[in-house]
Amino acid sequence: MTDTGMTGTGMTDTGMTDTGLMDTAPGVYDRRPADAPADAMPASRQPSETVVEAEALSLTFRTPDGPVHALDNIDLMIEKGSFVSLIGPSGCGKTTLLRAIADLERPTGGRITVNNGTAEEARRARAYGYVFQAPALFPWRNVIRNVKTPLEVMGVPAGQRNVRARKALEVVGLQGFERKFPWQLSGGMQQRVSIARAMSLEPPILLMDEPFGALDEITRDNLNVHLLDLWNRTDLTVVFVTHSIPEAVFLSSRIVVMSPRPGRVLRVIDSDLPRERALDIRENPKFLDIAHRVREALREGHSYD
Amino acid sequence: MTDAVSAAPLPRRPSAVRRAWSAYRARGRTIPVLTVLVVLVAFWYAAALWVNADRAERLIGQTGEEGIVAYATAVWNMERPALPAPHQLAEAMWDQATGQPVTSNRSAVHHMGVTIWSTLVGFLAGTALGIILAIGIVHVRTLERSLMPWVIASQTIPILALAPIFVVVLGQLGVTGVWPKALIATYLSFFPVTIAMVKGLRSPDILQRDLMHTYSATGGQVFRMLRWPSAVPFLFPALKVGIALSIVGAIVAEVSTAAQAGLGAWLLQGSYHGLVFRMWGALFFASALAIAAIAVITLIERMVVRSRGGTA
Repeated sequence: MTDTGMTGTGMTDTGMTDTGLMDTAPGVYDRRPADAPADAMPASRQPSETVVEAEALSLTFRTPDGPVHALDNIDLMIEKGSFVSLIGPSGCGKTTLLRAIADLERPTGGRITVNNGTAEEARRARAYGYVFQAPALFPWRNVIRNVKTPLEVMGVPAGQRNVRARKALEVVGLQGFERKFPWQLSGGMQQRVSIARAMSLEPPILLMDEPFGALDEITRDNLNVHLLDLWNRTDLTVVFVTHSIPEAVFLSSRIVVMSPRPGRVLRVIDSDLPRERALDIRENPKFLDIAHRVREALREGHSYD
Repeated sequence: MTDAVSAAPLPRRPSAVRRAWSAYRARGRTIPVLTVLVVLVAFWYAAALWVNADRAERLIGQTGEEGIVAYATAVWNMERPALPAPHQLAEAMWDQATGQPVTSNRSAVHHMGVTIWSTLVGFLAGTALGIILAIGIVHVRTLERSLMPWVIASQTIPILALAPIFVVVLGQLGVTGVWPKALIATYLSFFPVTIAMVKGLRSPDILQRDLMHTYSATGGQVFRMLRWPSAVPFLFPALKVGIALSIVGAIVAEVSTAAQAGLGAWLLQGSYHGLVFRMWGALFFASALAIAAIAVITLIERMVVRSRGGTA
């Protein structure tokens, strides 16, 4: 496994080879062929390709008040091209799990692999884009320069930086806002900039930590549709932390229900909803059934106590 | 800005009072500052009457004129007042600045030039030292514990006591001219810069630092792209304090080392020889210098703020 081809090249084919994840990492902006049926899986979406794998993962924080068991014996497998939501009550360790995948926290037990390497290797190879709860934009940079930040860190040449940043802004529907500064944008637009910033890396994995939690419901619906559309036409693997059941069901191909502290995986629910969904699918009996199952799982885990 | 005008209920042209009021609001600080100035000048004229009273009595005795107007006119125009009236001082300062050849020892411009030079050298050195110390303190935990108390302690020593020691020791080492004076300016001006930059360089929040971590940014990149730009809004207020302190440092150095030139030397000569206009002149030239320097920094600050999209 090499760490080349991660970002610049190898973007044009949608997974023609299966020699290794890095080599086949397709560009996030590649559309599926127009004649491909909506439910057909591209070759790279074979379930055999695992992007994230956690085995007996535990994480304990040492605090002045004694140890806090954030994660306990987590087993998790995330396949390439899937949209996995981690759902659970506040403090169930879902953010900690996401941070462990991103190498922002070091697990104290068990094993985690990202892109067939360690989490640190994946981070160093810039295998993921991370979207935080807050936009975390740099207020002294305008929109396009914010989006370029990771590209600058990576040393992408200036001309290419511009092209990629513009492309990423287009994906989140913010073309024309390049020269605006963060304070001139609404909260929802700021969060879209932060998503564009994560996407500008063209990473194969997108890690999102309650990215729409602070937004009003209308903006949230709108961004959910955007995100789903983005995922739908690319090979992106998304790991999405939320505490909203409708959001999780609407977006995900798989929902991981977690228990309150110490965080454990209670149940993994696969969604059989079609990949292409509109907002009104939420009135569909299938949707309601999945939502019901998620709620039941949360109840069994005493999340409502 | 024009709220007062647009809020006027009548369609006809706003009255002169209203226009003046809206101009007042639009100008922001100009009118309040001028108001204070007028009050101060009035007080000054009154104080001149009072302070110069005993000298004035002799004066009045000589001329034999009577009445409050004659008295005030005499006091405000006497040749060797204890407290000169503002217009007398302005006249004297004009002469000090323009009435002499610039190279002359009697020219205020000459002395200002000398002071500006040591101020600038000291200010630049102090700013550089302050930033370097802050970078060290922010990045090296040991430095924070070992250095920070000394940085604070350094400012508790009266500079008036320290200045002659600096000059003697440096003179012994053969360092003379602008350097001893600049060093004292440095000693005063690094402090606000260090304190502000330590705070500024630490101002990025955890989210922003985590973000850079997810990019696997190097320490240098985190500094250049996150810490330094975050610290910029903290830097400019510190520079304003720093330049004012540099001027104070340079003048104190000139006074305490019996320098031949510079506003401090000029001030000292004035007080030795009872040259009232010179003492006051030195004071006002020094504050004019400080105001001009701060204005320059404010201008640069505005340009930087504008390039950052108006974020302070």
